[in-house]
Amino acid sequence: MGHVLNQQEEFEQAILSMDTFAARKIIENLLESLPDSEHRQSIEKLVVHTMECIGVGWESGEVALSQVYMGGRICEKLLSDITFSDTTSHTNQLNTALVVLEDRHMLGKRIVSSSLISAGLDFADYGSMQADDLVGKVAQDEIEVLLISALMLPSALRVEKVRELLEARGIKAHIVVGGAPFRFDKQLWKQVRADCMGETASDAVAILKKLNDEKKNA
Amino acid sequence: MPESEMTSLERVLTTLSHKEPDRVPLFLLLTMHGAKEVGLSIEEYFSRSKNVIEGQVRMLEKYGHDCYYNFYYAPLEVEAFGGEVKYIENGPPNSGRPIISSIDEIRNLEPPDVKNSPVLRKVLESASGLQEKADGKVPVIGVVMSPFSLPVMQLGFDKYIELIYSEPELFTKLMDVNTTFCIDWANAQLEAGSTAIVYFDPVSSPGIIPREKYLETGFKIQKKVISAVNGPVAIHLASERCLPISEDLCETGAVGVGISAMEDHDKQKSAFKGKMSLVGPLNGIEMARWSAEEAENVVKETITKLGPGGGFILSDNHGEIPWQVPSEVLHAITDAVRKWGRYPVRG
Repeated sequence: MGHVLNQQEEFEQAILSMDTFAARKIIENLLESLPDSEHRQSIEKLVVHTMECIGVGWESGEVALSQVYMGGRICEKLLSDITFSDTTSHTNQLNTALVVLEDRHMLGKRIVSSSLISAGLDFADYGSMQADDLVGKVAQDEIEVLLISALMLPSALRVEKVRELLEARGIKAHIVVGGAPFRFDKQLWKQVRADCMGETASDAVAILKKLNDEKKNA
Repeated sequence: MPESEMTSLERVLTTLSHKEPDRVPLFLLLTMHGAKEVGLSIEEYFSRSKNVIEGQVRMLEKYGHDCYYNFYYAPLEVEAFGGEVKYIENGPPNSGRPIISSIDEIRNLEPPDVKNSPVLRKVLESASGLQEKADGKVPVIGVVMSPFSLPVMQLGFDKYIELIYSEPELFTKLMDVNTTFCIDWANAQLEAGSTAIVYFDPVSSPGIIPREKYLETGFKIQKKVISAVNGPVAIHLASERCLPISEDLCETGAVGVGISAMEDHDKQKSAFKGKMSLVGPLNGIEMARWSAEEAENVVKETITKLGPGGGFILSDNHGEIPWQVPSEVLHAITDAVRKWGRYPVRG
């Protein structure tokens, strides 16, 4: 796994400068140097760690949102081009859905989507939905973790309605929120009765992995 | 000069010349609240210019701040391009499906005719109406979306980022169309009665696009538009950060800049001192749950840091106060400005 960490900085630079060719070359070299059994774990580690670093850079103002978005898209594409022989590492995951609530601003959801895919995490993409329809879909699909992206304050406030509707149906889904209103008001996620808030797409990955681990250990 | 002898316009012009007026000017950038004042839904309110005039007049009387804000809603210009606007009961109208579904459609895109667009004409009518009410004593603030930020609504944010990086020819064509429109639109508002123009350009902020790319794109467009607009322009990054591009912004020709609640206010003051006036930086999202006491404390602290020497207009940091902010908080902000904003401000 030391190979991966050695390559991480170079891979991050390639991603930030949107040099798909260089990023692909790093992945190819890594695949060649490792046994098949380590391919999936190593590549996902490289990509997830890189996206984490980029997320931290965005939070601190050193990286721009356009780089986060394009980086996520590049990683998603690179991973989709690889056929892993090992397909066993992502079983026993919580049923997860990703949605934009009552809004058409999709960028945040697209970024989270790329990060989840790159981390090898399965989820249902619900697009943009109204609170009532969303809760019906959550019930139907037996969703256990609901990731909600919001750009506008009214959409963020509707999370509380989702919680109420879920409770009315006796559904105990874990609600994870993210987006601009939650970054500007650090107490807002509590006010709307979410379970937690992610500042970046990488936070969503970390939160979901933690929840999955808790399920495995339960 | 005592406050009673200085009009809002004099107060604002004094601070824009980086001198201290009688007190810190306050821009409560209220849009939807006007609907509450006149007892209409947000959709009904924005359907006629006379409603907006009435709403702005009543809010100025109620809060006694220092501007008329002739901003309707963000997707207004996209509506003029033929796009749809989605109304909700408790928030700003939102853009519907993007008007450009395939980037190839950019090749045939034409700017709207400013004088003959019904939706734009409403805004021009209210600019004239508000200037009449202002009687030369209150600035009337007009708004344009920057050519560089408008495509977020024309295409959708994700497709637009991909266009910037992957389709230079179509990007240039889109910027040409939007720039022509933006200049015409800004000048029409000035001609109709607006005193100054706010140029909303969040995509130019370093939180959205790296500085190197900004210098190739948004920066050049800012300079081009601002040099062609026949009046003062303030650049507003809609709550995004601006410090990493502060020196660049000072070269655009803009007289003011909207500053974020998320940056260090001492650094903001120092970066723009004597070059651009600061507009902001109250956190509109937090404002929705402030108590009167919190509002006073935040206003006092902000004025103490940003007020000395002038070059500062207190405002929210997004350019639109959320519908959820109650009138008690708005009154508390106004009262705090009168209590703590009188010059000389004690730092």
